[in-house]
Amino acid sequence: MEIINLEGTEDTPKILLDQGNGIFEISGRSLPEDTAEFYQPILDWLESYSSSPNDKTEFVFKLEYFNTASSKLILDILSSLEDIEGTSVAWYFHEDDEDMEEAGEEFSELVEIPFEFKTY
Amino acid sequence: MKYIYDLHKTMLANNLILIYEGEFTQEITKSVLAMAERNMDSIGEESSIKRKVFNVMVECLQNIVKHSDEISDPSLGKYTAIFMIGKKDEEYIITTGNPIKNDNIDSVKDRLDKINSLDKDGLKTLYKEIIKGTEISEKGGAGLGFVDMARKSGNALEYTFEPMSDDFSFFSLKSTVSRQA
Repeated sequence: MEIINLEGTEDTPKILLDQGNGIFEISGRSLPEDTAEFYQPILDWLESYSSSPNDKTEFVFKLEYFNTASSKLILDILSSLEDIEGTSVAWYFHEDDEDMEEAGEEFSELVEIPFEFKTY
Repeated sequence: MKYIYDLHKTMLANNLILIYEGEFTQEITKSVLAMAERNMDSIGEESSIKRKVFNVMVECLQNIVKHSDEISDPSLGKYTAIFMIGKKDEEYIITTGNPIKNDNIDSVKDRLDKINSLDKDGLKTLYKEIIKGTEISEKGGAGLGFVDMARKSGNALEYTFEPMSDDFSFFSLKSTVSRQA
């Protein structure tokens, strides 16, 4: 599958989706002008990936900030991951960022995927 | 030219550190955020407080960007809104003001009243209900902005509606973020 490799900007996250190397990561800030449009290629990619996924898929979220529109799209991403066998989520948060920790906990309650919480 | 001095005094009296009046776009949003961040960095504000203020600012600014096309009233001129940040010893105050159709007042008021009636756990439950049920609207919102502002600020959202014309009112909204962590 093609690799998605987006550089982060001040209002969009860095995204790396690389099946060959088993790297699936979203990091940085997410407050795009058009959230649905920005994340559509990611959701499309995951849909193709789900037809022949790796044995294990560890999806890394290492977000510094995301707005509420992005939170809906993050839930959409998690919902797509839910259908892929062997998926887990590594949710990173800055050690003093309780809100980001809580956001991860809430997502983990909304989907049936094992979450691992890590600080950076 | 006295208005310059008057405005200066008003800003000082209200502890305002930033005012933007005009059209709101994503580019303007980014600039305003960058200025406010720099201001907080320059005084060495705690990162947890900075994040909360940033969070509330984004939702305020993007609310205005997303809903600005609703206004079309020649008598009111070009649609503009106002955004302000105040900084006191004990808190940051983030305020916005924008015209709103009178027809929309009740629904906005109902949502704000509901949010203000809920405690921390109630807000969390409401947030999860909305995020599960919502689709991104044509305007690009998830319907979560006010709830998130209340949660991150930890305070009620104060508001007023001032009549402007038969069809429009001026909607002012105020969030307070405590500087005591």
